[in-house]
Amino acid sequence: MNRVSGSNETGSLSGSILLACTVLRGLMFAFAAAATDDPLYRFQALIVVAAAVVGGFALNAAMAAGLLVNDQSKYMDGVVKAGVIATMFWGAVGMLVGVVIAAQLSFPELLYFPEVGWLNFGRLRPLHTSGVIFAFGGNALICTSFYVVQRTCRARLFGGVLPWFVFWGYQLFIVLAATGYLAGITQSKEYAEPEWMTDLWLTIVWVAYLFTFLGTIWKRKEPHIYVANWFYLAFIVTVALLHIVNNLALPVDLLNHRSYSLFSGVQDALTQWWYGHNAVGFFLTAGFLAMMYYFVPKRVGRPVYSYRLSIVHFWALIFIYIWAGPHHLHYTALPQWAQTLGMTFSIMLWMPSWGGMINGLMTLSGAWDKLRTDPVVRMMVVAIAFYGMSTFEGPVMSIRAVNALSHYTDWTIGHVHSGALGWVGFITFGAVYCLVPWLWKKDRLYSDKLVEWHFWIATTGLVLYICAMWVSGIMEGLMWREYTPQGFLAWSFIETVSAKHVENIIRTLGGAMFLSGTLIMIYNLWRTVRLPSVDTSDALAAPLPAAA
Amino acid sequence: MTGDGPHKDEISGIDTTGHEWDGIRELDNPLPRWWLWVFYACIAFSIGYWVLMPAWPGLNGYTHGLLGKSDRREVAQALTDLQTLRGAGGAKLKTASLAQIESDPELQAYAMQVGQSVFGDNCATCHGAGGAGGKGYANLRDDVWLWGGSLEDIQRTITYGIRSGDDQARLSQMPAFGRDAMLQPAQISDLTEYVVALSGRKANAAAVGRVTTLFAEQCASCHGPAGKGDQLVGAPDLTDADTLYGSDRAAISGQIHNGQGGVMPAWGRRFDPETIKALAVYIHANSGQ
Repeated sequence: MNRVSGSNETGSLSGSILLACTVLRGLMFAFAAAATDDPLYRFQALIVVAAAVVGGFALNAAMAAGLLVNDQSKYMDGVVKAGVIATMFWGAVGMLVGVVIAAQLSFPELLYFPEVGWLNFGRLRPLHTSGVIFAFGGNALICTSFYVVQRTCRARLFGGVLPWFVFWGYQLFIVLAATGYLAGITQSKEYAEPEWMTDLWLTIVWVAYLFTFLGTIWKRKEPHIYVANWFYLAFIVTVALLHIVNNLALPVDLLNHRSYSLFSGVQDALTQWWYGHNAVGFFLTAGFLAMMYYFVPKRVGRPVYSYRLSIVHFWALIFIYIWAGPHHLHYTALPQWAQTLGMTFSIMLWMPSWGGMINGLMTLSGAWDKLRTDPVVRMMVVAIAFYGMSTFEGPVMSIRAVNALSHYTDWTIGHVHSGALGWVGFITFGAVYCLVPWLWKKDRLYSDKLVEWHFWIATTGLVLYICAMWVSGIMEGLMWREYTPQGFLAWSFIETVSAKHVENIIRTLGGAMFLSGTLIMIYNLWRTVRLPSVDTSDALAAPLPAAA
Repeated sequence: MTGDGPHKDEISGIDTTGHEWDGIRELDNPLPRWWLWVFYACIAFSIGYWVLMPAWPGLNGYTHGLLGKSDRREVAQALTDLQTLRGAGGAKLKTASLAQIESDPELQAYAMQVGQSVFGDNCATCHGAGGAGGKGYANLRDDVWLWGGSLEDIQRTITYGIRSGDDQARLSQMPAFGRDAMLQPAQISDLTEYVVALSGRKANAAAVGRVTTLFAEQCASCHGPAGKGDQLVGAPDLTDADTLYGSDRAAISGQIHNGQGGVMPAWGRRFDPETIKALAVYIHANSGQ
């Protein structure tokens, strides 16, 4: 029992350090808010102050109540539960904003207030993209990684109160980014819109995340590191690298929200799409493959299909993905040789991506009947199918001749959503449907029937969405490249926009269906949490040796 | 309970790697053959593409590829081909005067194509795809003109813009009679009735009578004694039914109060002279002139 009391002290020590940092940060930003003459900077600084005040009091109360007990014989599941709640909350918010902006594209007057910019499409759009990718997807990755790394290492999360800092720090990042977008703060880099102050904060949080994860692996009780953890680690390390390099910038002033990028011209574009494409590769692919590698075999109770395939496709994916970014800049000022490399590395990426699909699907061999009996398994399998579809479509679209038609059109939007809704969304739904009964110690979900409803409504909405975007994307691509016999553009841009009206409405409907499915899921999860608990211990899977 | 050691999966009969994590094991299956061969094929394709096309950078330039392809050369070629395709029309447009363009049916047809294409992606944003305008944006399909509707007038407006900041821009500023407290609210209300009466609508005769002198003093210098306007200073004709900011009483009194004036960019900074000529011909032909 010495061990437990010793680690209690570690817990309260890390709590005290965090409290001191929080107070310091609050004070620093209170001064900054008072000193600045930039209203947007003050607005953001005041949010940080508010977060520091609330966080400081909460932390103090938690320490006083002895809630920061760091019992090394138990898994740290509170932060995972919080992560599951945040995932579903931000998922609903991000998808709702998506439906709103889809409706704005169908009916441009909707929520258009010339005097206030807050609800205009241009501000809501990054709120949607960041909301679903970083808030929904990010929370899903953080909370599942915390769950998975503990189970597969048989070790409590490293760092005392650090995981809680990662969780709440990440929520603060989301709030800063989201309110910043609405207020008009942006550095105009797609998927990297937040300005330097918010970027710095995310860097701190992300490094804390890396320490938590690495520290847990370091103290593992298993001789080997499970494949899911390789993918999680690749995701965490690479996202840190991408985030830092793409956001290298010089602030106009320490009391001003604006900054100048370190890069300019085509170098800036290339850096941005090196970042942008690897956000897809390491955030939306590697991270969620990690999720698949734990939750699919766990749920179907079958071994992973091939260890060798997991090694080869992991390293091939990691090595090749990082080169593929230039395919976002075909036929631009980017030198042609760089476009060639972007395209060919994207083509070589096809099989490494599909390695994950094969390993995921073939893990079901010996348990295919579960596809019929367990809607959660079906959800994960459809996720893997969409993963396979979009990782085939991606290399096809990276071919320059295809890209000449598809680039800048709705086809790209459809492609992104088959990946984001089909793969990222469904594999997360599957994982969360698994996690909630496990975490809250229930023997089942409240209703499998509601999972069926969720599955079918979301899948139908998804198919409507993607098909509408294929049709409108190819149509507008063809209209853009149509010339009159004397070599003048046959259509003005606005005519190609009007031509997509019906597809835009179908897309809105598809998105609304997908959102409805998510709301059904939230209801189902909430009712599951309210079911009577079964007695399941949260002790580490195998008892620690007595001597430890 | 790590479960490490030799182990065979009972259902498939295949060995596992012998490790177990939280109940999860891994089969020792080989790489699927088709997967491996397609992977190799993609790599082979890429190497072939690198040999043929511009690909790898070096210290001095890059590998140009055996096919000798170059995007830049292809774009230059496409632009030359375009000139050939457009043939005489493009060359003539450079030298012909506006009147000459309009009197030569072939050249006019060519100019109309240029104009339509340029109008759709530049002018339509404000003036509408059909050129019918909207509140604050002039209708280009009728015969009512603020700054003149002749070919030369249109050409000048497009080239230098309106209140665009260009030295030669069309420039006028209606005073903000209300905002700048030059007139009392009651006077503005009466003047509104006067303007309503000018456009031939029923108005409060007493109010009109009260401000007849005021109109002559304050408004006639630009809008003319009879309110017919003056295209030299961009003063609209108040006697017709056409208005830029609306014709109801609220819109009229609002305009007297604020003296709003819109901005049109100086397109001469963006288009070459022949494109502007073509635009002028296109707009002129589609208007009521």
